[in-house]
This record gives sequence, structure tokens and C-alpha cells, in this order.
Amino acid sequence: MAHVKVVDVAARACLVEVEDAVAAAALAAWVRAVGLPAEEVVPAARTVLLDGVDPVAAREALRRWATDDVTRPAPLVRLPVHYSGPDLARVADHWGCTTREVVDLHTSLEFTSAFCGFAPGFAYLAGLPLERAVPRLASPRTRVAPGSVGLADTWCGVYPTASPGGWLLIGTTDAELWDVDRARPALLAPGTRVRFEAAR
Amino acid sequence: MTAGGDVEVVDPGPLSTVQDLGRRGWAHLGVPRAGALDRGAAALARRLVGGRPDDAVVETTVGGIVLRPRRAVTLAVTGAPCTVRVGARAVPHSAAVTVPGGAVVTVGPATTGVRSYVAFNGGIAVTPVLGSRSTDTLAWVGPPRLAAGDVLALGSTGPLPEAPAAVVVRPRDPVLRLRRGPRAEWLDDDGWRRLEGASYAVAPDSDRIGLRLTGPPILRRGGELASEGIVHGAVQLPPSGQPVVFLADHPTTGGYPVVAVVEDDDLDLCAQLRPGDEVLLRLG
Repeated sequence: MAHVKVVDVAARACLVEVEDAVAAAALAAWVRAVGLPAEEVVPAARTVLLDGVDPVAAREALRRWATDDVTRPAPLVRLPVHYSGPDLARVADHWGCTTREVVDLHTSLEFTSAFCGFAPGFAYLAGLPLERAVPRLASPRTRVAPGSVGLADTWCGVYPTASPGGWLLIGTTDAELWDVDRARPALLAPGTRVRFEAAR
Repeated sequence: MTAGGDVEVVDPGPLSTVQDLGRRGWAHLGVPRAGALDRGAAALARRLVGGRPDDAVVETTVGGIVLRPRRAVTLAVTGAPCTVRVGARAVPHSAAVTVPGGAVVTVGPATTGVRSYVAFNGGIAVTPVLGSRSTDTLAWVGPPRLAAGDVLALGSTGPLPEAPAAVVVRPRDPVLRLRRGPRAEWLDDDGWRRLEGASYAVAPDSDRIGLRLTGPPILRRGGELASEGIVHGAVQLPPSGQPVVFLADHPTTGGYPVVAVVEDDDLDLCAQLRPGDEVLLRLG
């Protein structure tokens, strides 16, 4: 059985602690799959918040969460990217490689949407190796265009709407990341697997 | 909003929004819950006009709102006390009032508190977004804030309820009862002693996202917490030691430790505290 610790938050809310963001996304998917009654299931970097839930029932259900349950197939989204971001050379500097190699590496990895936050539909995509971690800008841009693909720490993210932002921008995609009129408003909901492709 | 609607917004005041019970089930995509901040006051307004529990109402902020119904409507104003006028005539607060078409309804500035609510028989029929008619002021999911010239459509009119004998709205003591939160251990015993019975002033930058408190700094242990999901009423403690109570439009995740959570019954009070008001913190 996977190790989880459950921490009380309020009368009808608890936090489930797991080892990392990918485990949190998997646990959140599992909680939805087993139909545990909860108003909100919010995965984050190392926790899953269960809000609007009976904490006793939640603790009981979580005993059935086994590690082998995490391997259920997740949808895969392919995102075409124009690799022409203003920080592409800066990322190449950090990685000690050419901008071409930045593109090659970024398109070779499979990312997993671990959790959303910051703005509706903004997904924190896990999958960049630790040695490829990059810092945020010392002073964030006041406006980042929608569709911008950025890196920060070991995260990759795509800005769904225009907003301020401090991530290093390597390119842009034309994909519609957030649309409230779709049945699935966020293209990169937690658990989604993501591959980037160089757009022609 | 709608061209062929029923109620025109003449002057929206500083900030008026449409609110219902809020959006459930989208926090994992980063969508705040929203919904009327003073849930009790909004519920009373709906009840007075015979509304359904999730009918959308107007929430004002300090300055009130001026409306002009295009046909006869029944409305009720609750929440922060204020004068309510139909034309030049004063009408009661916290009571159902039937207004003829074309009359100007002035919901005056709040004399105390912050947010007044205006409910209409039939409810406000803006198009729901992700299952709710609420405006969220963090990410602006839902209908935009009301602007002069907007015309709100009302839903189908239900029967009016019998007027209640009396509506008594008791003033609430400015006390927030706290229970220990998920990161309570970030405060040592001394921190908890300082929090108990401490008086804090409401900061001017308080809004629907959070009630910001200023007063004796509560020092917590250092370090970084990975971002985690946040509940309505969570008391976050940034390194400054000045607590923030997260309200309906709060970000769905955050990285400062939630040391305490405000009791659900006290959240409506948070909606009515003004900048400069003093509030007492009590550990439950």
C-alpha cells in the first residue's frame, strides 16, 4: 500500500500528503475514479486537498489506494510549438547547449500535468530532469501572451491567458488551453500526458 | 449583458457583481469558487423575494448601486445596512418591495459593513459559466462586473412568499473563531499564545479574495512549503506574520502555511468588515 498521511484541514476538508506532484495527480485521479464523494479534489506539489468531504470516509477509502493503481492510462496531448521564445538563448546558456538542442530535448520528453494553479487552466507540467532546472526571471514580465511556453525550476507551463509571468519563455503554441464552453475546459487537466512538437 | 433584459444598471457603484452559491468542482483547474461573500445575507434576500437557494443576486461593495427596472419587479435589499429609495421614496431594508417599471432604485452607500445584496423575484438570469452565475474577481471567470448600461434579464417569476412577520438581523461581534489548520505546527506555543485574543485591524487591500489583517506579527518557523490546495476560511501566515483569511475568490493553491481556519459560521462576518475595523481572534 502506498504511504499517505492525512492531515485535517477543517470539519469537512483534509489534505493527503504524498511524495511528489506526479503521485498527487495520480491519487487525485484515483479519488475521482473510485467516486469518493468530495466537492473538490485538488492535487498540488506534494498533497491532494479533499474539500467538502467526510474526513472519516476519506481516510477509510484511502486505505485502498495501492501504488499499482497509479498506472492507469492517461490521455496524451500533443502541442505544436513555435520555438521562438525570447528566453530560448537564456535557457540554452543555463543548459550549456545550443538553442537547437533545447528544442530537441524539450520535444523528446514526456511531461505530466501535475496540477493547475496560478490561473484557470495553467498546468504545472512535470518531466524536466532535475539537472535542467532553470531560475525564474529576476523581475517578471508584466504581460505574457497566451500560448507562451515557459520553464521555471523543473516545471514547464503554457500560459492559457495573458498574464504577468516570470517563467523563461521558449516558444508559443496556438492550442486553445482554456475554454469554459468546452466539456473539458482545461486542455491540460491534472494527469494529462503532454508532448511538445516543433511546429512547421 | 442582455439587450432585451429587465433591469438596467444606471450606476454600478465601486464594484457590483452577480453572485450565486458559487462554482463547485473546478478548483483542480485553478478556478476559484466565488459566490456571495455574505452567504447569510444573500440567502435572506432570496428568501424575501421567494427565490430559489441558488438564485443569482447582485452584491455591492460599500458604495451601493442604482438600478432601473423596465417592468414591475419585486426585490429585496439585505446585508450591509443602507438607505434604499424607489424614486425619492425611502423603502425598507431587508424586506420585499415591489417596484413599478421605470422607477429608479437607489441602493445607497453602506452605513456600516461592506456588502449589500439585491435579490429579484425570478433571480438574475445571466448565462452560467462552469455551472455558476457568479463573478470571480481573481481570474474573472463568470459574468463581468456590472457596468452602467448593462441590462440584466430576470428568470421566470415564481410566486411571492408570504412576508415574514419580522426580520431581525443581529449585529455580529467582531470576533473570528479559529481552529488549528493543517500547518498548525509552523507556529510554536508562543505564537499560538500571541494569536489567542489578539486584536487585528482590517487592511485596506482586503477584498473578495482575502481579508488581510494587520497587527502584532505572528512569527512562524522559517522554511518553504510546497504549494497546496486551500479552503475557504484558511488563515495563511506569510513571513511578514500578518495573517490573511482566504475568502470566496481565493487562489485554489498557495505556498504559505495555513496555520488556522476560520469557523464556517464566522465567514459571513469577514464579508462585512471594513478597512480599519478591529477584529478579535479566538482559538476554538
